[in-house]
Amino acid sequence: MMAAKSTLKNMVLCLVSVCLVCSALLAVVYHVTKGPIEKTNEANKSKAVALVVPGFDAAPVLGNVQFDGKAYPYYTVTKGGRVVGYAIQSATIGFGGPLTLMVGFTPDGKVYNTAVLQHSETPGLGAKCTSDRKFIDQFKGFDPSSKQLAVSKDGGDVDAITASTITSRAYTLAIRNAFEAYKLIRR
Amino acid sequence: MEYFLIIISAIFVNNIVLAQFLGICPFLGVSNKLSTATGMAAAVCFVITLATIVTYLLNAYLLIPLNLTFLQTILFILVIAALVQMVEIVLKKTSPALYQALGIYLPLITTNCTVLGVAITVVTKEFTFGMPSHMLNLGEATVYAFATAVGYGLAMVLFAGLREHLSLNNVPKPFKGIPIALVTVSILAMAFMGFSGLV
Amino acid sequence: MTKFQLITKGFIKDNPTFVLILGMCPTLATTTSAINGLSMGLATLFVLVLSNMAVSAVAPYVPDKVHIPAYIVIIATFVTVLQFLMQAYTPAMYNTLGLFIPLIVVNCIVLGRAEAFANKNTVIDSALDGLGVGLGFTLSLTILGMIREMLGSGSIFGWKFITGDGILAFVMAPGAFLCLGYLMVLFNKIAKKN
Repeated sequence: MMAAKSTLKNMVLCLVSVCLVCSALLAVVYHVTKGPIEKTNEANKSKAVALVVPGFDAAPVLGNVQFDGKAYPYYTVTKGGRVVGYAIQSATIGFGGPLTLMVGFTPDGKVYNTAVLQHSETPGLGAKCTSDRKFIDQFKGFDPSSKQLAVSKDGGDVDAITASTITSRAYTLAIRNAFEAYKLIRR
Repeated sequence: MEYFLIIISAIFVNNIVLAQFLGICPFLGVSNKLSTATGMAAAVCFVITLATIVTYLLNAYLLIPLNLTFLQTILFILVIAALVQMVEIVLKKTSPALYQALGIYLPLITTNCTVLGVAITVVTKEFTFGMPSHMLNLGEATVYAFATAVGYGLAMVLFAGLREHLSLNNVPKPFKGIPIALVTVSILAMAFMGFSGLV
Repeated sequence: MTKFQLITKGFIKDNPTFVLILGMCPTLATTTSAINGLSMGLATLFVLVLSNMAVSAVAPYVPDKVHIPAYIVIIATFVTVLQFLMQAYTPAMYNTLGLFIPLIVVNCIVLGRAEAFANKNTVIDSALDGLGVGLGFTLSLTILGMIREMLGSGSIFGWKFITGDGILAFVMAPGAFLCLGYLMVLFNKIAKKN
């Protein structure tokens, strides 16, 4: 098939019309999918929060604290109007890259549960931080004011994942930082 | 200190080819001669760094304020195409020998996933190199882009050296060409895995 | 060439992964499991068919000097459409495939087919060509993903048949290169026999 002649008028006309039509199509698709995309993002956030705090009935309220130059977004959850927990997002650097946790505290200062939001740890080793129940469950009900948030190698009360000390250290550090944030929130 | 971490991570720990799988086609295609590989690496280095700066600025001062972020992919790839065209023109005038040696692979930098990949990563991913975790500013983005390109060049030069040695050996016929190259890259990638844990 | 042959040539003769050696980046990066490979293949297929059709339709009106940027804009548009659709309706797979969805724009297969076939043939034929090459690509990715998943995590399509882990190197970079290399040798041996 012969293409149109490459005159300046034709080239400009062609490029401009292609860009206009494509932009229009994209604008339409963007607006159609904007709603569902926002809903999915909200659902993901609620899911992460729900994993780490006791049952709640109102939408989690977003807040923010900062210390040591780091920001800690957190969600306050309530049931029947009373605060039942705080879900704090805390990030450190693990073995293979950033490690982001959601740490849930109950109003008595104990850790309720923890969940990994994002990690780049080695499959089979550090990546066990998302599946090793023995490791994760030891943080349920952990009281940072009476027990040490450090791995046993560093003199603490946390059992590290076998052969993944660095990931375990990072995980524990993230919880320790979240606890500092929690203390700021409660002030 | 933060810049140092970005550089080490981009070159060794998260090497763009050996860990992130970007830029494989030209990596396999241009690396059979050391001299072409070096020339290609330099050209890609230049395009990645410049493209990241331009797309970062366009994204920050044009797309976001005007709420046009859905045009990001189109705009970025057009910028890259234009930049590659410019590099071609400059190279033809200043170093015709290199221009000939690179041949078809020069315009193919446009479709090189590393350039678009780095441009998009820089404006969408949050980094935790320094605390606090944040989106990169222009300075960090430039350093990241440049370091990534250096990592790409390093991988290419290492690989070209390996392939020049390979061509002198007796490779079984079914493996000749791309398959044995892939097996070699596999071992190179394994070697680079030893760097993880550096940052 | 019959309509049916247009589709099937993308499986063996024009297989993008093992014969044309195009689209390597997503091939290696997204085949950590069979499902991931399959999804990536289907996503690329979506863009391939639509962009082939669009390019075929506008090719007579595009001046030769600007045909590359024009085709790129068309491809980029369909990739962005795919991005939004996946973000809205398949968010889990969208997160898994991540950066490689926008990178379909620079997947040499898409621009390659537009240049080699779509701008010289009818809209229907171009659609079928896109379908064939896309299916060939999907097939290659799924097979590579299945092998890496079996060796690396001990599962098939998510169903684990061993306890514990497999040979983890296969779900990471070295394994990807190795598997692809050996698969290529195998494919060439089988294809040559025909």
